[in-house]
Amino acid sequence: MTAELLEKKPTAIANRRKRSGKEQFWLIFRYASLTFIWFLIVMPIYVLVVNSLKGVKDVYLVNAFDLPKGLDFSAWPISWSGGDYFSAFSLGESLARTLFFVIQSSIISAIIGSINGYVFAKWKFPGSNIVFTLFLFGMFIPYQAVMIPLVQLVTNMGINKSIYVLVMAHVIYGIPICTLIFRNYYASIPDELIEAGLVDKASRIRIYLSIILPLSLPAFVVVLIWQFTSAWNDFLFAIFLTGGSPKLSVATTTLNFITGSSNQVFYGLNMTASLMVSLPTLIVYIFLGRYFLRGLLSGSLKG
Amino acid sequence: MALQTSKRVSTWIGGFLFVVPSIAAVAIFVYGMIAWTVRISMTDRISASIKEPKFVGLQNYTNLISDTRFTHAFENLIKFTFLFIVGTTIAGFIMALLLEKGIKGEGFFRSFYLYPLAISFIAMGTVWNWLLNSNVDADAGGLNLLLQKVGLGFLQNSWYLSENGAAYALALPAIWQMAGYVLALFLAGFRGIPDDLREAARVDGASESKIYRYVLFPQLTPTLFTVLIILGHVSMKVFDLIIGINGKSYVTQVVAVYMWESTFDQRNYAKGTAIAVVLLLLIALIIIPYLRWVIKQENENR
Repeated sequence: MTAELLEKKPTAIANRRKRSGKEQFWLIFRYASLTFIWFLIVMPIYVLVVNSLKGVKDVYLVNAFDLPKGLDFSAWPISWSGGDYFSAFSLGESLARTLFFVIQSSIISAIIGSINGYVFAKWKFPGSNIVFTLFLFGMFIPYQAVMIPLVQLVTNMGINKSIYVLVMAHVIYGIPICTLIFRNYYASIPDELIEAGLVDKASRIRIYLSIILPLSLPAFVVVLIWQFTSAWNDFLFAIFLTGGSPKLSVATTTLNFITGSSNQVFYGLNMTASLMVSLPTLIVYIFLGRYFLRGLLSGSLKG
Repeated sequence: MALQTSKRVSTWIGGFLFVVPSIAAVAIFVYGMIAWTVRISMTDRISASIKEPKFVGLQNYTNLISDTRFTHAFENLIKFTFLFIVGTTIAGFIMALLLEKGIKGEGFFRSFYLYPLAISFIAMGTVWNWLLNSNVDADAGGLNLLLQKVGLGFLQNSWYLSENGAAYALALPAIWQMAGYVLALFLAGFRGIPDDLREAARVDGASESKIYRYVLFPQLTPTLFTVLIILGHVSMKVFDLIIGINGKSYVTQVVAVYMWESTFDQRNYAKGTAIAVVLLLLIALIIIPYLRWVIKQENENR
């Protein structure tokens, strides 16, 4: 609901007329303020970009804001492969591995979320509202409160070095939000559609497959993007469940990269690595930001 | 009628079976693990060498109260939370206020204001580590350099290395990241106010500022409530932002970071779980009333 409101055109823009001097002043004031805020928000990513183009050794704090003298991409391949600087691990491999597991967990999450959402919205069972509320609480808990038993469990099972532990963690702890997004989406589909199906003696499963599922694309996009972004950016599960191994998830690799495995810190490489790690979610945001916003707003239960 | 929950088992059992795996997963991995955490927190499992921990009741919790490292982390969390909530709410609200009437280029500004939410904080830690660098004057980079350039050089300070201000300094990147979220919530709040309200006030001759003060702002109270709850619970959990910028350094430790250190470096699971339970209780305290409020609203709207 909230997300639709954002798209609503305000009336002030619809009935435009000649502006008075006072209105003109406020308009300029607004643009000036918006631009000022824009600079503040863009600054950190600007620093990342310019410093990733200055090569390996020409990067110093005092010229952090300066534009590069020329385009020097030499830091990129070294950050990607580790090179002579970080022989212990390769960020590129970690990126590929993380991409692989994050996509897997997003797809599984979306399928589970869709089925759950259908049941909680249109095929309720006695007590389903209470169960749903208990799910919702699971969305807000600090994961520290489940982490130590979880660490013990995966260590005892001997799977604590496996990337699949992270897939499972993101799928399981993503159940509440994915269920919520689909349930809210399905709740907006008129009951009459389903009743018509029932009158025609279609089974609930048939109705789901032939009526609900074909309408679900937007919700799938929202959930896929949401799970992709949060699993990609996740640090908590990665650091606890893999014991901070630099070879598994991209978040822990990045941390190892930044804190440096050698005595000397190469800022150029750090900046490039950070930018590389930020790019996948940033690209998704650039192309599908609207859907990302919907996921975000559902997290406040006001979506 | 068909969709009402019916007493006849055959109408609902199918749906129930489909969600049983999820219910089991949440029951075990959320609630079961919480119970297990509480159980460990009441034992003397203070190092990896203790194989058969004994029950010690609330001892680990009382130990926390006298643990100066914990109270330090807690104090930092309070400071951080205070500036983070106030700063993010005000920043987001101002951004919404600037955009709410609609302005050419709204989409452009909005997209940029929200991009920080999509980026990993571990990755952004590198940049913020630079921006909040403590060097001043000729050696300055980051924010200190920017402050000099705009003639506010006297505001230069050592940010997260300062004695008392470290926790406040780390609220800056958090505000940077979350302001867009607050903007989105408030903007939707503004757009949800019926236009008639504004028009009616205008017809009655109310000035533009009075319309905001007496007509629009009161309508946003529920939004403000949501904003405060969401920011509050995000703040309690703050972890990767701190690690990304300053690792687990003592000066900027918050509760979640101290929990990690106790668990990993000291292998003190008893302490780690006790801290986790404190964190959970803090969050439950604000989230449970919020859930009740949201559900009540949803039922009223039906």
